[in-house]
Amino acid sequence: MSLHDERNRWEEETLAPVLGKFPERHDGALTTASGLPLERVYVPEDAGLTADESTFRERFGFPGEYPYTRGVQPTMYRGRFWTMRQYAGFGTAEESNERYKYLLNQGQTGLSVAFDLPTQIGYDSDHPMAFGEVGKVGVAIDSLADMETLFANIPLDKVSTSMTINAPAAILLAMYVAVAEKQGVPPDKLRGTIQNDILKEYVARGTYMFPPAPSMRLITNTFAYCTEHMPLWNSISISGYHIREAGSDAVQEVAFTLADAIAYVDAAVHIGLDVDAFAGRLSFFFNASPDLLEEVAKFRAARRMWARILKERFGAKNPRSMAMRFHAQTSGAALTAQQPLNNVVRVTLHALAAVLGGAQSLHTNSYDEALSLPTEQAARTALRTQQILAYESGVANSIDPLAGSYQVESLVDEIEKRATEYIAKIDAAGGMVRAIDDGMIQNEIEESAYRFQREVEEGRRVIVGINKYEVANEPPVDRMKHDAEAEQRQAEEVARVRVHREANAVQTNLARLESAARDTNGDLMEPILECVRSYATLGEISDTLRTVFGEYRQHTAV
Amino acid sequence: MDDAIRILIGKPGLDGHDRGAKYIARALRDAGYEVIYSGIRQTPEALVNMALQEDVDVLGLSLLSGAHNELFPRIMSLLNEKGGDDILVFAGGIIPDEDIPGLKDIGIAEVFPPGSPIQAVIDVIEKWRKDR
Repeated sequence: MSLHDERNRWEEETLAPVLGKFPERHDGALTTASGLPLERVYVPEDAGLTADESTFRERFGFPGEYPYTRGVQPTMYRGRFWTMRQYAGFGTAEESNERYKYLLNQGQTGLSVAFDLPTQIGYDSDHPMAFGEVGKVGVAIDSLADMETLFANIPLDKVSTSMTINAPAAILLAMYVAVAEKQGVPPDKLRGTIQNDILKEYVARGTYMFPPAPSMRLITNTFAYCTEHMPLWNSISISGYHIREAGSDAVQEVAFTLADAIAYVDAAVHIGLDVDAFAGRLSFFFNASPDLLEEVAKFRAARRMWARILKERFGAKNPRSMAMRFHAQTSGAALTAQQPLNNVVRVTLHALAAVLGGAQSLHTNSYDEALSLPTEQAARTALRTQQILAYESGVANSIDPLAGSYQVESLVDEIEKRATEYIAKIDAAGGMVRAIDDGMIQNEIEESAYRFQREVEEGRRVIVGINKYEVANEPPVDRMKHDAEAEQRQAEEVARVRVHREANAVQTNLARLESAARDTNGDLMEPILECVRSYATLGEISDTLRTVFGEYRQHTAV
Repeated sequence: MDDAIRILIGKPGLDGHDRGAKYIARALRDAGYEVIYSGIRQTPEALVNMALQEDVDVLGLSLLSGAHNELFPRIMSLLNEKGGDDILVFAGGIIPDEDIPGLKDIGIAEVFPPGSPIQAVIDVIEKWRKDR
């Protein structure tokens, strides 16, 4: 059977059923700008080459089929573009609600909530640790009341919402479910994602609260809850993004992300969940960094590795469990404070890598990211970058267009080989939780980060505007100004909420949560939901859990 | 070496982005200084206590969350109160140009934007060493 026959088989078996439900954007009549015909997906024979069919299937296959090298859906962007999902949030819930409605009006297709750091670490806005940080890098959420304001006039059965929340992910998920209840939307209609990935917080991002064991328990509790009640919700977004931002290279990003994922699957299987019941709702989050071809290879390698890991290591049977769906964000660390408009070009290249790599959703950074939170104009340009790639570049008109590039395929193999070696090393060290506890992963990332920076310092790696083509006396660019009063307003708001709720119900619910937490096998999602519904604050719920679980302390050695 | 300069690289506030702080710490150590890194999520009080207990000459602050206008003044006034006013303080991170004059007014010697070379930091320290 030739690969053309094989493609016909794919069209009949895999593509046709999906096309019936979700037709292609232009009914299959997609061409190049000059009218040249385009295949949906190319095989070696289209370029006059032959390939061994079984090798082809094993390494590449077809979109929507194992090993998913070529993409997780049979139609990919010919059916629907990736979700354009800009991470946003600042100040109070009211201000962020305005920004979300603006972004949705501008054609954004999903929400992505940025929480401020006190929220991400489980402190109310009037806690001493929150001083100076309220509403800065995201929106401040103290209780269900803020969450109601955040999503006012945004129908939660119509949008999908991603929430960058980790240590207190269960609490914010409970708030989202409770807001939806008030809108009359049941949990099984909710679409979205919680990041919920604590392991990378220990090594790269820093918003941990509890030690690893209770943190892993909260995560498996949310897996169980989502499996039962929220079939459309991604219960985790296993993130290489921040590992890369912290300075890792592409191979480490893939290896450490997959090692984290293996730890989560192990933990969930350990408490008795069936891998095929939850693995289909695991999602991933990668960095789109400057080296265009290496990045495309990275995304394709990660998909193939995940499919093989699920099938061979965990014995998954359901193809959905093996399909790695991922969000991508363009690199923040690659942007420069110097000559910031150059960042528009950088972001375009990073975004192109994500699209050529088959991302399901994408955040493009704003050109002023190295200076402050984005202005409205910078945020709009970032979104327009995605729209230009989607509608004008043509790269979305066929699936996995770089497949078969000798260089890209060779890089895919090399990344897979090296990342697999890393995972074996982590396995030998006793798994990812142990490897993090021993500082092994942190050391690896730090070494790479240091090496990179030395190369820049010594001019062996050129960054335009940093160590070559600098300009003196740059004109200033507009900056987003922080609202200096937001902290005060938010502190008053949470104080008001504490006065106007039923104090007894809050006390009872917090006490129930505490006893559930003390029972090491108990579910925590239901007790947290009860706390949230009675307007217990994020800080109160977090403190209750801190009492039982203790707090994680980072050991630092540089 | 008796005249070795001791430096504390500190991460006040809640942001966990310490790639820059760790790089500065290590690069300054490679340049011959004695360097301690505080780790992330330190309160102003904890950082100032650490600086005094460790008897450092220089304190480098790294902050990327935008809370510098709240946290840096508190650190500077605690240093003054507790007798650390002879410590050279510099800062780096996501700090807009227009905030820099105000930070210099409260005694921060220099603010380094992202992308600053390590030599710029060393120059500030060495100039201070000569002048003190």
